[in-house]
Amino acid sequence: MEAVLVLEDGRVFPGRSFGAPGERVGEVVFHTGMTGYQEILTDPSYCGQLVTMTAPHIGNTGVNDFDPESLRPQVAGFIVRSYSDDYSSWRARGSLAQLLRDYGIVAISDVDTRALTRHIRTAGAMRGIIATTGEPIERLLARARQAPPMEGLDLTREVSCEEPYRWAEGSAPFGPAYGGPAPELRYHVVAYDFGLKRTILRRLVDHGCRVTVVPATTPPQEVLALRPDGVFYSNGPGDPAAATYAVETLRGLIGRVPVFGICLGHQLMGLALGGRTFKLPFGHHGANHPVRYLPTGRVEITSQNHGFAVDPESLPAEAEVTHINLNDQTVEGLRHTGLQCFSVQYHPEAGPGPHDATYLFDAFRSLMDARRAT
Amino acid sequence: MPRRSDIQTVLIIGSGPIVIGQACEFDYSGAQACKALREEGYRVVLVNSNPATIMTDPDLADATYIEPLTVESLERIIARERPDALLPTVGGQTALNLAVDLHEAGVLDRYGVELIGASVEAVRVAEDRQRFKDRMLEIGLQVPRSGTAHTLDEALAIVAATGFPAIIRPSFTLGGAGGGIAYNLEEFREIVERGLDASPVTQVLVEESVLGWKEFELEVMRDRADNGVIICSIENIDPMGVHTGDSVTVAPAMTLTDREYQRLRDQALAVLRAVGVETGGSNVQFAVNPTDGRIYVIEMNPRVSRSSALASKATGFPIAKIAAKLAVGYTLDELPNDITRETPASFEPTLDYVVVKIPRWTFEKFPQADQTLTTSMKSVGEVMAIGRTFPEAFQKAWRSLEQGRMGWGADGKDRINPERLRERLITPGPERFFYIRYALQSGMGVAQISALTRIDPWFLEQLEQLVNLEGRLRAFTLQSVPADLLRQAKRMGFSDAQLAFLLGVSAEPAARTPDSSAGSPELQVRAHRKALGIIPTFHRVDTCAAEFPADTPYMYSSYESEDEAAPTNRRKVIILGSGPNRIGQGIEFDYCCVHAVLGLRAMGFETIMVNCNPETVSTDYDTADRLYFEPLTLEDVLNVVELERPDGVLIQFGGQTPLKLARALEAAGVPIWGTPPDAIDLAEDRDRFGALLDRLGIPAPAHGSATSAAQALEVARAIGYPVVVRPSYVLGGRAMAIVYDDETLERYMREAVDASPEHPVLIDRFLEDAFEMDVDCVADGREVVIAGIMEQIELAGVHSGDSACVIPTYMVAPEHVETMRRHTLRLAQELGVVGLMNVQYAMKDGVVYVLEVNPRASRTIPFVAKATGIPWAQIAAQVAVGASLHTVDDTLEVRYPDPALPARRYTLQAADQTQKYHVKEVVLPWARFSGVDTLLGPEMRSTGEAMGSGATFGEAFAKAQLGCGQRLPLSGNAFLSVNDRDKASLVPIARDLAALGFTLLATGGTAAVLQAHGLEVTPIYKVNEGRPNAVDYIKNGQIALIVNTPLGKASFFDEAAIRRAAIVYSVPMLTTLSGAAAAVEAIRALRDGQWTVQSLQERAGAAAPGRTT
Repeated sequence: MEAVLVLEDGRVFPGRSFGAPGERVGEVVFHTGMTGYQEILTDPSYCGQLVTMTAPHIGNTGVNDFDPESLRPQVAGFIVRSYSDDYSSWRARGSLAQLLRDYGIVAISDVDTRALTRHIRTAGAMRGIIATTGEPIERLLARARQAPPMEGLDLTREVSCEEPYRWAEGSAPFGPAYGGPAPELRYHVVAYDFGLKRTILRRLVDHGCRVTVVPATTPPQEVLALRPDGVFYSNGPGDPAAATYAVETLRGLIGRVPVFGICLGHQLMGLALGGRTFKLPFGHHGANHPVRYLPTGRVEITSQNHGFAVDPESLPAEAEVTHINLNDQTVEGLRHTGLQCFSVQYHPEAGPGPHDATYLFDAFRSLMDARRAT
Repeated sequence: MPRRSDIQTVLIIGSGPIVIGQACEFDYSGAQACKALREEGYRVVLVNSNPATIMTDPDLADATYIEPLTVESLERIIARERPDALLPTVGGQTALNLAVDLHEAGVLDRYGVELIGASVEAVRVAEDRQRFKDRMLEIGLQVPRSGTAHTLDEALAIVAATGFPAIIRPSFTLGGAGGGIAYNLEEFREIVERGLDASPVTQVLVEESVLGWKEFELEVMRDRADNGVIICSIENIDPMGVHTGDSVTVAPAMTLTDREYQRLRDQALAVLRAVGVETGGSNVQFAVNPTDGRIYVIEMNPRVSRSSALASKATGFPIAKIAAKLAVGYTLDELPNDITRETPASFEPTLDYVVVKIPRWTFEKFPQADQTLTTSMKSVGEVMAIGRTFPEAFQKAWRSLEQGRMGWGADGKDRINPERLRERLITPGPERFFYIRYALQSGMGVAQISALTRIDPWFLEQLEQLVNLEGRLRAFTLQSVPADLLRQAKRMGFSDAQLAFLLGVSAEPAARTPDSSAGSPELQVRAHRKALGIIPTFHRVDTCAAEFPADTPYMYSSYESEDEAAPTNRRKVIILGSGPNRIGQGIEFDYCCVHAVLGLRAMGFETIMVNCNPETVSTDYDTADRLYFEPLTLEDVLNVVELERPDGVLIQFGGQTPLKLARALEAAGVPIWGTPPDAIDLAEDRDRFGALLDRLGIPAPAHGSATSAAQALEVARAIGYPVVVRPSYVLGGRAMAIVYDDETLERYMREAVDASPEHPVLIDRFLEDAFEMDVDCVADGREVVIAGIMEQIELAGVHSGDSACVIPTYMVAPEHVETMRRHTLRLAQELGVVGLMNVQYAMKDGVVYVLEVNPRASRTIPFVAKATGIPWAQIAAQVAVGASLHTVDDTLEVRYPDPALPARRYTLQAADQTQKYHVKEVVLPWARFSGVDTLLGPEMRSTGEAMGSGATFGEAFAKAQLGCGQRLPLSGNAFLSVNDRDKASLVPIARDLAALGFTLLATGGTAAVLQAHGLEVTPIYKVNEGRPNAVDYIKNGQIALIVNTPLGKASFFDEAAIRRAAIVYSVPMLTTLSGAAAAVEAIRALRDGQWTVQSLQERAGAAAPGRTT
């Protein structure tokens, strides 16, 4: 089936549909990772986005039961150069196209994704529409332009869980060859779900944390009442500045309990500490971004997925910038020693991406240990 | 951390002659390292015995030594140059082993030289398979079960536990030489014995088989701050069991989920840390069980490798350059990514295209060799192709190989034996992918093919799409094929020639002239698709999948929606490269292409390189101004030409590859600069060339041609035996034979060739015992300058590419040299040569004959350039674009057409004449191909060369031998066995050997002749005469030197056994008397003592040795 991607600036990319029929609007972004499409499309941070994969072959390893980052695909739409319906992996349980169709996700292949990426790189992330309906371009264009812009959009409530739940599964059940001893769960962590990825939960468990996941709007008092050793502020979609409620919540937590934030959680941390965030031209979405950990000078290769960043100039003196991106010098990590909180813009849990920054989970644990000791 | 300031001089060791398993990728890495370190202000001393390399150009290092890669030689150089540090990681296994040897011999300590880039301990852990495995188990990684054996008995005990099939890997050998897979005890015994023998430490690893597991390689870099990055993942489509050098590989890995990939990444970094590689690039190989994801670490190379070269070209990340900078103290984040310039080198390249590498084998040169692909590498070169998708890259790679295929089949040239289908699928061989194609076409499903080949089904499904598309195309003609289907075919990588075949396009009648391709089916497709607007787009290799703008014009083609090439309006020249390395066309031509680039850049031209060989310097993105990584076919070259619109195209530097395109390019209106294609044709057309020689009164051996056996006999009788016979349609001595009688000629016509009116067999008088000479010259259309006259050591009958040769001539009378000079000048002028020309001469009974003229760069140009100190290829390129030559006394002046450019002057006489003899010796791949007779013949089979220079011919010859790894004995038993024709001439050689203190052993006939001349000789048995025989003596280490010239058919097997034993037991053997005479002189020079080392810079009078303060 024919399909088309129309950008808000009028640029049109023809292709073929390989997902559900229909049309969806969203912000078009590109991801430069060469592996991990299943994790990406199930990552709630991509809510409202039409994600372009720059890696040309997608679908090769099918889909499996362990890799999803949430219960369902979260992207608004998926854009690839070459889709493989035939897949090969010992873990695969089905094809990518079937998964997308099952969940009604539109997807387009045979797109010149390099031209699209170059366009977004220069013109910036923009709204677009994928349609399999054969409607005239002008009408699709009009609809793309009517879509709400990402700036000022709070999407966290759309993707958050509705009820609290517990999580105690680590990374080990990946397969028979990957078994490891289950850690003793010595810490209790409450994780705010703004679009929380499962890999983060698994990583917390791997580091000895029993996790209670709570909805985004849970008031701080309720969380503190659970007597957590630490609070985790999750990743998630949309403009952090629009999630004002979450910033307020965080202000009620920091200083009272160790807090670790990732991605949106980091941006909310920046805002809670008094800083500002701004929108990056086309964001960071990939698995190869070099980040320097300033205290040691070491470089980590990181997994990233964010369209906004914390403005370092806006931060109070007590908030220390701990990590910077070596490609564009943007802030990648913060800590406030006095308030026992820290956060990173990138994804130390990976899923997909490198494992270079796993030490941050150890750091969280140390913070919780220190808290206990006092 | 900034660069280290406590070291000033760095010694870099190259990898020596090109051999199977170690090719020009180490010229690329060494050249990059030299440039990188000099850029940082270090003084660089380079040693390599291979003159055909860019790294041995005097401009690349401060002191360049073309000297043997031995401890003695290196110690002499270290004593003179006193380097502070030695970088051993960019010269392959050769450099790494030599560095360990230097350490063990105490040389490094004695002179205070620090190893940088790799510690001795790290090298030992990585290379000693047992220690490596132990270390892996210590850090919790899995390895195949195995054991190390020093004897057959130990090996048998191990295999009892690990089972069959068993993998046998000898320690410390190149490219897995001597190893193999054994399916039963008998094979096991054979391979273990061979492996113990091949291993310099008599050690083999016997290992549990992981045949059929998926094979991955990760290219890793680490700096001294412990930052580690993965540059590239490579997936071997051929699963475990086929050496990675013989596997079709793809980058990035295609069949891994992120979780699985990240586990490999974690393990690769852990391996580097565990082995102790502190800085630089390494390659880690993994086997992954396709049914449960279990990972075994197979091996790691603590150095830049063949795969690093591929990874560098595949990603645009210059691994060797960065490795050199890390070795002197930088960290990854301190170095910029050259491609983007804005971002640092501490990142992991991401690809939005697919790269496919296919090896190039030359089994046709070794008909007796076993073509099964195993854990011992057999290919001599490789091609890489880039496409937006796997099918596109795969098709482009097949047509890059230049084996007459226009892609992966679909060209009417399949030679399939359906009865052998299953066998060919199960047993890996060079034809396997064509059998897979046949299997797909004949309806065998992907599942079954995967079960037989163990190739991952994902790849087979991609290939099935090609087969399916082909089926759809076949239903149409060029006129009826829908435009979108045609576009889809181009996007899937089909060449115009394949499409012409599939769409049944026939040549236009008017176009059926032999030397024009206008109107050819391929060009009709081209014209048709261009009219439909189906033209390629060019994209940049940018390391970042377009996330950042790419500053570097490194391009590949595809069929997408927008073009990124952005050609300039500068004056520009395209230089066509030489494609994959193969026997007969190797690194020498890449050297010439790179020099053409250098020469033209100096004149202000924009230089544009087109090539598809990932191992080379020419395909470095900073060699030419612009690089197109494309197949060298008419279609792909025309695409670049039509986009770039160059002022001229140079075709004379890349060997036969671009030359084959000359006529078609010219017909397409492409401006060919330099010698006109017609002159090239004339030199290759026997009738036209014969007429020219007649007119000039230059003698040539009598010749004729035949299209049938009867005619061949007639011609041969008229010419007189012996004759040289060869097919007219092949190059490089392929299927060439020397025939002494009717019977053999008849058999040759019946078995060896398929003669037809289009493809006659050429018959030449063979000048037996003639001396052969090679002359290289440069001409500007008027003036001709002789670059070098080489005398070949071996007599006529041995392919010039397999013969040792010497500059200057040392046996030829001056008047004959003068005759050759005169003939060369005449021929260059008559042919209208503008650029390089090579002439081969034979001299017999006082007459100088012309054997062959090649108006193009020759294999010997780099050697001549190093011997004379003049960059002839550069001069030739400048001449080809309009500069003029001018000689005054002992100088050569190149005058540029642009008066604003200063003329360049070269001195034709080296300033320092201490080392005035220069010998080039070749290396032959006998050790790789068991069962192949090692006799030299008219078919070229050497893979590489080394150069030795000295004050005497003997010294130069001895050093050239050492450079090739041949250590001539100074004493011991010399075993002599020669044919009747040679017996008389052997006497003086035997006498010299005796005088040098050798004890003479000889077979009956030879011994009798020598005894008759008063020499003391011990007769010993031939192999078929009794025991103990010559082979027993060799095996018992009782023979130090062998002189064995072929005796003829009767004793063929006898001799072959002797020659095999000599190879296996590394006994130097001479198969020609002239070679033996040269060896005697060399032994004398070695015994006389002090041979010297000298840098090229000293020879040119430019520098004194040692540090300049």
